[in-house]
Amino acid sequence: MKHKTFFWFILPTAMAMLLFIAMPIVSVVTQSLFTPHDQVFKVVENCGPFGCKEETIIDNEAMADLNAEKPLGKFAGLAIYFDRGHLAVSEVADAWTSSDSIGEFFSTINNLPFYRAMGFTLSYTFIVTPLLIILGFMIAIAVNSLNGAIKGLVIFFSLLPMIINPLVGSLILFWMVDARGVFGSGLQWLFDDPTLSLKASTTLTWIMLMVYGVWHSAPFAFVVFYAGLQTLPQDTLESAMIDGASRWERIRYVVIPHIMPLVTFVALIQLMDNFRVFEPIVGFNAEAHAQSLSWIIFNDLAGETRLLSSASTTSVLTIIGVAILLSPVLVRTWRDFTRKV
Amino acid sequence: MNKILKSGLLVAALLGSTAIAHADCGIENGRVSIVGNEFPAIQTVGKGAEACATDSVEVKTNLTADHQKINLAGMTGNPAEYTSAIVANSSIVALMNDDVIRPLDDLVAKHGSDIKKNQLITIGGKVMAVAFMANAQHLVYRADVLEKAGVEVPTTYEEMLAAAEKIRSMGIMENPVGGAYKAGWNLAQEFTNMFIGHGGEFFKAGTAEVTINNEKGVATLEMLKALTAYMNPDYLTHDSNATNAEYRAGNVALMNMWGSRAATLTEADGVSDEVKAGFAIAGPMTVAGGDTPATTLWWDGWTVAKNISDADAEATFIALKNAIAPAILNDETTQQAVWLIDGYQPTDKATGVFAAAEAGSTPYPMLPFQGLLHTALGAEIPDYLQGKEDAAKTLADIEAAYNAAAKEKGYL
Repeated sequence: MKHKTFFWFILPTAMAMLLFIAMPIVSVVTQSLFTPHDQVFKVVENCGPFGCKEETIIDNEAMADLNAEKPLGKFAGLAIYFDRGHLAVSEVADAWTSSDSIGEFFSTINNLPFYRAMGFTLSYTFIVTPLLIILGFMIAIAVNSLNGAIKGLVIFFSLLPMIINPLVGSLILFWMVDARGVFGSGLQWLFDDPTLSLKASTTLTWIMLMVYGVWHSAPFAFVVFYAGLQTLPQDTLESAMIDGASRWERIRYVVIPHIMPLVTFVALIQLMDNFRVFEPIVGFNAEAHAQSLSWIIFNDLAGETRLLSSASTTSVLTIIGVAILLSPVLVRTWRDFTRKV
Repeated sequence: MNKILKSGLLVAALLGSTAIAHADCGIENGRVSIVGNEFPAIQTVGKGAEACATDSVEVKTNLTADHQKINLAGMTGNPAEYTSAIVANSSIVALMNDDVIRPLDDLVAKHGSDIKKNQLITIGGKVMAVAFMANAQHLVYRADVLEKAGVEVPTTYEEMLAAAEKIRSMGIMENPVGGAYKAGWNLAQEFTNMFIGHGGEFFKAGTAEVTINNEKGVATLEMLKALTAYMNPDYLTHDSNATNAEYRAGNVALMNMWGSRAATLTEADGVSDEVKAGFAIAGPMTVAGGDTPATTLWWDGWTVAKNISDADAEATFIALKNAIAPAILNDETTQQAVWLIDGYQPTDKATGVFAAAEAGSTPYPMLPFQGLLHTALGAEIPDYLQGKEDAAKTLADIEAAYNAAAKEKGYL
């Protein structure tokens, strides 16, 4: 392609990326470095239906000049990054010197919001991603061996979890696993324990969220792998059969190597997606047991007093996290690319 | 084609004939745009304001449970998208902090002579909002179950625990206590109630220094945990809606519930006659021998945006004043809330909120930093209730989380 043609082709995309990806990132980074000015208080009398009371309010007149002069707020540098709500450097250092054992150190660290969220986010990412790839692959192999008539129907049903809105899907499951729901009561009957509650146990909540994650994302892996299976080299497969390869050996030595680039692709997309896990935590009301980085951002912005700097800082840390997580896969893709060229 | 055209015209004609007859509110022109929470009483107010729309006066309402996420942003611009936000004593603080609502003294003097004095929310001598309803959490119980168990209606949380134990031990109900203990805002609200009941002060007077890390804080947490022992094990996921569902299903005999929700509690489909007949309301309870009930008083009211033209502000004021005129009260709307409007006759559903006010309950604090403490409470208390750490550690965590947030906002 001519450079000029390429330029005109890429221009709309590049503009959109600049506008909707690059500029927000710049804005988020800026906001994470600034905090509101030190507030000036005054005590006034507040009256209402329930009588009068002396209460503290912000002196808006005193603040107005300061805000007009420096609308971005006070430059805080990396202070927010290092505070208790984020990397908590001084708390971590304290925990390191005061803990008697590694176990105690980790339990102290796990009590800090950022590290707790990181713990869940990473566990979720690294457990759900491989499982959904395996499940998606198994569904693809199974569907591929079906004959034409029922294939379409099975494909449609396999795709349902992905079609359903994540919040709706998690809400339906949330009601089912309730202690009074179909699934919850079923488990109580199965284990003969009337007090068993999925939602009251941290471990069971984590398992529930991960099972949901696999259920929701497996169809994506399935669709990609199923498309890949349509391009399987039939002659290689046939010669493997003539050589006496079993079904398992054919999958292991012909099918899997053939779709390996697709596995990389699915892993890349899903690592990124799962690292940003959010909807199931809201849908399952699971914030008492599991918090993710995205949930922390949401919580900072959802309170009566919004913490913009804190939310921006967590966003920047999430972006850095995604970049670190994807670097091995990206390096691998780059190597594959350069080798082929 | 002709048929479609005809039926289309018919539909249009029908719609036209049923359109609300617009009252003349005396607004010449202007723009009214209201953002607020959605529950029946506020919807009534929204409709009242919409009735003022004419050819030259545009009235829009956006009533949503997510109003707090959009009202500040929608009032910051100039001109502001929303000319009014319907708020409560907690949520007005965010608008005050960012200075986006205007003092209403001149408008009250010009158009509001008939607004009752106690409806005016004055902050530092300036009228900042006009309240139209009051709300509070109070006891809702099952009279039949208490009678069966042979216990009196509890007036303290200690009596509530004893009653719950009796109901459970007699095998009447497994988890007789209900409560909106969902991690986050709801749970923090329960802590706030209970801490006030223990006579606690949240902040050192005149500063943003938090003072919950003391014996009163420990006693508060211990009482919350004692109550959860009699709740559905999923209590950390139960908000007001889920708790009400448990009550409607006949699984709960005692709960601390919002007055604004108690009114319609047993009116849902599928509530058994037994639950309906046993439904009863009482005042809020005290705790640990204190005099102040372990609850908070709330008002809901409307504000007018700062960054709009004076004409729009006047139009907004008049429309909303009409929306809370005594004329809006009828058989249906009277039930919806404890109105502060002239001519309101309390129904028996309102007894709990009135009892709360008469017992000298404390209003929810209108402090700039109360919201930050509320968020910290909601995030840290679940660890204690789940037995992951002791009360002292949880209180220290709340303090640390609050301090980090308050430093960021420039309060400390």
